[in-house]
Amino acid sequence: MTNLRERENDDWVACISRIRDAQDQAAFAELFNHFAPRVKSFLMRSGADATMAEECTQEVMATLWQKAHLFDPTRASAATWIFTIARNRKIDAIRKHKRPEPEDLPWGPEAEPDQADALVLQQESEQLGQALAALPDKQRTLIEKAYFGDLSHSEIAEQTGLPLGTIKSRIRLALDRLRHAMK
Amino acid sequence: MTDQIKHHLTDALLMAYSAGNLPEAFSLTVAAHISMCDDCRARLGAFDTVGGALMEGCEATQLSAGSLEATLQRIKSGDAGIEPARRARSGGILPGPVQDYVGGDLDAVKWKPVGMGVKQAILPTSRDATVRLLYIPAGAAVPDHGHQGTELTLVLKGAFRDEMDHFGPGDIEIANEDLDHTPVADIGEDCICLAATDAPLKFRGLIPRIAQPFLRI
Repeated sequence: MTNLRERENDDWVACISRIRDAQDQAAFAELFNHFAPRVKSFLMRSGADATMAEECTQEVMATLWQKAHLFDPTRASAATWIFTIARNRKIDAIRKHKRPEPEDLPWGPEAEPDQADALVLQQESEQLGQALAALPDKQRTLIEKAYFGDLSHSEIAEQTGLPLGTIKSRIRLALDRLRHAMK
Repeated sequence: MTDQIKHHLTDALLMAYSAGNLPEAFSLTVAAHISMCDDCRARLGAFDTVGGALMEGCEATQLSAGSLEATLQRIKSGDAGIEPARRARSGGILPGPVQDYVGGDLDAVKWKPVGMGVKQAILPTSRDATVRLLYIPAGAAVPDHGHQGTELTLVLKGAFRDEMDHFGPGDIEIANEDLDHTPVADIGEDCICLAATDAPLKFRGLIPRIAQPFLRI
């Protein structure tokens, strides 16, 4: 399973390179079939209705094509990068404001990404995904709600019936576990 | 810059910024701190990775018929969503994302006096929270004030001290309603801060301005 997922991760990076270098529609279709349905789920869980989620998903995937030259595999996995595009779309379309972005680091994507750095980053992203999947259900659910539900901790408290202190300590516990798993 | 910073963003703020769930005013303050702090930038990278893993772990939702073809059509006609452009180091006193809201560096700020030499400039953001630049002359104090909700104060230049600690350039103070504090700027240099607060909307407009707490915080 691990090897399969790692290979998938490398494949996604290769797909984005093929889009960047050769406007490869088959590579795009592969990425689309895997990620677009999940982007749509993310947007719907964040409060978009099906029509808006479909529209935004198409825009997110079109952005991926157009910004393929900005993807840096030493900084992000394909899933992380697509998440940030979808997240920005959600802020724009659902929350209706723009997202202030930090200044970029002085070293940029103009240098050819180092293969070894990219490999380490991709493996760590994979490890994080596994650590997340291995969390106890209660902790994972709370982290999911924090990311997708567009809910504050106090709103999560209302939905789950858990006291605020418990939620905060469970999220902290989950983050500690994730950190431990990454060591 | 980055090595002197002692006061950083919390996990909760970084997670909410990564998830896209913060009011615009808070997002701006977080983005400004990250522009100055490589440590928090790296931590944000980790939270974005968590977001990516959670999204990839979502069950697939059925797409509309012809969704791929429609997307390829969008690509052909250049119809994608607007993705914020990455921006290079500004090199000014104000971090890049703050300059975007001011329309320039420090000399472009339209200050309004609020008394005792303190000046402020409220930046335009969505109405669920407010963010302002504060100018505190060297040695001057911002009068004692409490908070309706959460207040983030990021030092851009100079330094201040309050009941909690000493805050220098790049440091961020995270205060909640429990804290009543009197920030005092260090002697020797004027202090410029970016301060965001999510005081509830009902405190704006309904109550005569004169009766509002200091600085409408």
